[in-house]
Amino acid sequence: MMRMALLVCALFCIAAASDPADRLPDPASEARARALFQEVRCLVCQNESIDDSDAELAADLRKVVREKIAGGMSDAQVRSFLVDRYGEFVLLKPTFSAANLILWLAPLAVILLGLGLLFARTRQARPAEALSPEEEARLAQLSQIRPD
Amino acid sequence: MIVEIGSLCLVLALVLSLAQILLSVAGSDRPLLAGAGEGAATAVFLALCIVFGALIYAFVTSDFSVANVVANSHSAKPLLYRVAGAWGSHEGSMVLWCLALTGFGAAVGWFGRDLPADLRARTIAVQGCLGVLFLAYTVFASNPMVRLSEVPLEGRSLNPLLQDPALAFHPPLLYLGYVGFSVVFSLAVAALIGGRVDAAWARWVRPWTLAAWSLLTVGITLGSFWAYYELGWGGWWFWDPVENASFMPWLIGAALLHSAVVTEKRGALPGWTLFLALSAFTFSMLGAFLVRSGVLTSVHAFAVDPTRGMLLLAILGVTAGAAFALFAWRAPSLAPGGLFAPVSRESAIVLNNIVLTAATMTVLLGTLYPLIREAVDGNTVSVGPPFFNLTFTPVMLLGMAVLPFGPMLAWKRGDAIGAAQRLWVAALLAVGAGLLALALASPRKALASAGLAVGFWLVFGAAAEIVERVRLFRAPWPEVRRRLTGLPRGAWGSSLAHCGLGLFVLGACFETAWKIELAEVMAPNSRVALGKYELELKSSSVVDGPNFLAEEGVITVLKANRPVCEARPQRRFYPAGGQTTQEVAICARGLDQVYITLGERRAMADGRPGWLVRAYFNPWVQLIFLGPMLMALGGGVSLSDRRMRFGVGRKASAKAAAT
Repeated sequence: MMRMALLVCALFCIAAASDPADRLPDPASEARARALFQEVRCLVCQNESIDDSDAELAADLRKVVREKIAGGMSDAQVRSFLVDRYGEFVLLKPTFSAANLILWLAPLAVILLGLGLLFARTRQARPAEALSPEEEARLAQLSQIRPD
Repeated sequence: MIVEIGSLCLVLALVLSLAQILLSVAGSDRPLLAGAGEGAATAVFLALCIVFGALIYAFVTSDFSVANVVANSHSAKPLLYRVAGAWGSHEGSMVLWCLALTGFGAAVGWFGRDLPADLRARTIAVQGCLGVLFLAYTVFASNPMVRLSEVPLEGRSLNPLLQDPALAFHPPLLYLGYVGFSVVFSLAVAALIGGRVDAAWARWVRPWTLAAWSLLTVGITLGSFWAYYELGWGGWWFWDPVENASFMPWLIGAALLHSAVVTEKRGALPGWTLFLALSAFTFSMLGAFLVRSGVLTSVHAFAVDPTRGMLLLAILGVTAGAAFALFAWRAPSLAPGGLFAPVSRESAIVLNNIVLTAATMTVLLGTLYPLIREAVDGNTVSVGPPFFNLTFTPVMLLGMAVLPFGPMLAWKRGDAIGAAQRLWVAALLAVGAGLLALALASPRKALASAGLAVGFWLVFGAAAEIVERVRLFRAPWPEVRRRLTGLPRGAWGSSLAHCGLGLFVLGACFETAWKIELAEVMAPNSRVALGKYELELKSSSVVDGPNFLAEEGVITVLKANRPVCEARPQRRFYPAGGQTTQEVAICARGLDQVYITLGERRAMADGRPGWLVRAYFNPWVQLIFLGPMLMALGGGVSLSDRRMRFGVGRKASAKAAAT
């Protein structure tokens, strides 16, 4: 049973994207296509990009992406075409939108919060050094008592 | 019969765990009862050993009257993989988990003579509570000893890809690491109950954290290495939910390793160290839940079962909920500990903790975000490698950029200029190496060159740490030698681990940025170029394996027209399961590897037969696996430091009393 899904996939997905029969003639366009493949999810696979997967749908998607690039679309246009067709689920890199703001900014927020706390901690006054007003009063009281 | 004994012992272990809790709770102020509680902990562990032995016996003898053996084994499997099959399933892996959990519980009794009696009794009680929860789960929801009424003739699982030594040893090491954090968790809960968190407590947390973290490091590395050479596309980390599940406790464990030092040496940050101690095992349990529940789609889908997933989530909720509630209640009364200046060893370690926490949050949020979005607005999104590369990597690089300063700073109030003076050589060398990469490596990549500089900075920084400690070049040689031999193992350990991290960064940057991919249909006796190497397909033949048929290509790897090695990649067909797999051939040259797979047979343009050959030139890829192994070694060396050894304090105080 162990890792069955992984295996089923592994049997079929041997760097399928690099198949010489499918390549675009222009190396620059092909490189762009390959970079895009890594950002596009193979929708029927468990958790893979179409660059890794050899599923039929992944092959179809690769064909579509290559056609769009050969047709002169920009990377952004290809992405929005795919999102219109399959939804945001198809992108392995979530868009930098309001709904995903927490996701993208969380690391920065944690770091800033941590630095803030560190700053506050290092500027803390030693509590034992300063006496509270009550303690001051008590001290004054005690110092008036003289052992005669 | 043996299976029945195992079954009985599993229930016995559950009952004994209850006894362990009761005796240890009652024993926090009565030594006799506490001793009985420790005895119970040892008995639980022995019972689990019998359970585990019985399960392995059933797998080795291919006892197909046991449902779990039928589902996860086959009589044609080699012995090692029949043994490994015992922990390859949901049920079996839970037994392994419980074995580790109870083993660590018993170990607290064996090695914990030094611990205050009440803290030890409470720790064993908490460990017993964890044991009861997971044992009850195993007995009632995930019992591997269930017999079948109709006995099949043959087992169902003969998966060729899993028959690999790295994968046989990957789960036990991973589990020892995961579950090792349970002791840290129990120590933290026990300290919260007792209300005393001091240097002595932190001193106790450190060896357990080091042991768990080092084992986890080896476990993760083995898994990554297996994926690299077995799956055939040369990737070694996929940011898959299951990988992330093992990575989060590792990151938190690394943070805890460092913050516990501050609590031990300076008595500072006790609350934060406690929080991390509770978090590490919480993340381990979260991992156990994510892997088994199927709540996230993963390529590693491991024995997925949503119903049992809910039970695991309940265990996670109860344990972590209770522990953190206790923390929220008791932590405010903890003394804040010593003060420190903005530039000090303490601040550097806090910075390390900030970075590692931010990295963990990134991985956690990235892993769970698809669930969160779906719950909030019903949209399904994907969070994949491009996201993690853009967020996790810069966060970690930030930490690495300041890492070498840490060991150079004094406690309480450090000297920034002094640290810079001790590090300028390392910095210069690192920048020089980065510039060299920028000038020489082709194609030119600025970001990757900067990454290499960071890697070299860590390696040279780690070396500078040792140089500084022994006063090399500054003190006369006899003194240097005296210092070198007197250097505590902990210092060597930390330098080794930091150096290992640097090596990993070097490997990861080099491999990712400058790997060369090749996919060509090759006719026999034709050549193709792969970077500075050439591949020549000599011949191909059919090989008759023990339980497979294979097409084997003989490919000579040449450099400057001289053969450097012969690779024999195979394309295997296993008739039993009807599967086709690829056997990768790896030709290692120094730190580089030429990685070759043989694909399908195809007609060439001129009609001759050819083979689809895929190959990668992976520069410095060996460092990706050697680096983490060096980190684990560093952990092991630190663990062997006499200051870490259990019982040292007692012996030292006995000696002091004697003189």
